[in-house]
Amino acid sequence: MSDVKEFETRPADDSKAESPLAWSLHEQKSLPHASNPGVILSEKPFLGHLILRGGAIVMDEAVREVMGMALPARPLALVSDDSGERSIQWLSPDEWLVIVPGGEEFALEQKLRQSLGQSHFSIVNVGGGQTVLSLKGKASRDVLMKSISYDVHEEVFPVGKGVSTVFAKATVILRRPEEDGWELVIRRSFADYCYRWLLDAAKEYGVSVTR
Amino acid sequence: MFYIFCPYCKEHREEEEFHPRGQAHLMRPEDPENTSDEEWGDYLFFRDNPRGIHHEMWVHSVGCRKFFNITRNTVTYEILETYPMGEQPTITAESEGVRLEQGAQVADGGWQTVGARPENKALNEEASS
Repeated sequence: MSDVKEFETRPADDSKAESPLAWSLHEQKSLPHASNPGVILSEKPFLGHLILRGGAIVMDEAVREVMGMALPARPLALVSDDSGERSIQWLSPDEWLVIVPGGEEFALEQKLRQSLGQSHFSIVNVGGGQTVLSLKGKASRDVLMKSISYDVHEEVFPVGKGVSTVFAKATVILRRPEEDGWELVIRRSFADYCYRWLLDAAKEYGVSVTR
Repeated sequence: MFYIFCPYCKEHREEEEFHPRGQAHLMRPEDPENTSDEEWGDYLFFRDNPRGIHHEMWVHSVGCRKFFNITRNTVTYEILETYPMGEQPTITAESEGVRLEQGAQVADGGWQTVGARPENKALNEEASS
């Protein structure tokens, strides 16, 4: 067991939690609604985000043992479990982003620490610093093409790929967990900006926002 | 704008994702206690500014945030190779001289300047040191 101090970042009482898009999305009385939307936008708030850093081999063993998933070793790979709720994404040769349903992250962090023992690694809970925006609909690729210089063509960006790149001058992680769905992992401080940018960019295709 | 190959992400990315971080392969003096002020000064402040082949350190700051090295021609802006930290370049000013002699230099649209053309050999030779 490592001697790092850990703590549960999620309050145990019923304190109010606010997502980075609390004001611009969740507290708005009416949201954009198109009759035949080309883009359907929604936030996946309060998920558990963990950054794992360390050697690929030790980390892979621990992740297999604790999560029952293999660590993606290939650059820019994204793997999800069968339910699609838990995912691990390659960020750099010694860094991975794990996203799990909200509330699971602390237990997962403890189990991983237990499994990794005294090896050289770091696990950081970054759930408070970023959030996930989901982009669906037939025009979602067109919206991305307007905003990102990275090539999002089918051949270059298949399902199961994720990159961190520049989105309208902001740094985001773009991932494609399913055929018709894209995810943007955005920083808290850029969340409002990215959300408004997406609304504006998607306007011409018709955009609906769901809570 | 041009594409740079990141040796860690293993693909070409847009230039705006990268930042240059100066000359590569700088060695810190091995015995700091017995290093003269002049040697420290050279190590800390003095950098090469060659005309032609230059080895630089870049960081993929928006992507994987890893440092790597680029061999670049400062005249044409042509990036000849990228390689991870800890490795040595396969293209150097010496080997590039041979490449130019053989006329292997490719003229990329817009980037070519006078000194880089094989026929201006005298200008190229002046640069290599």
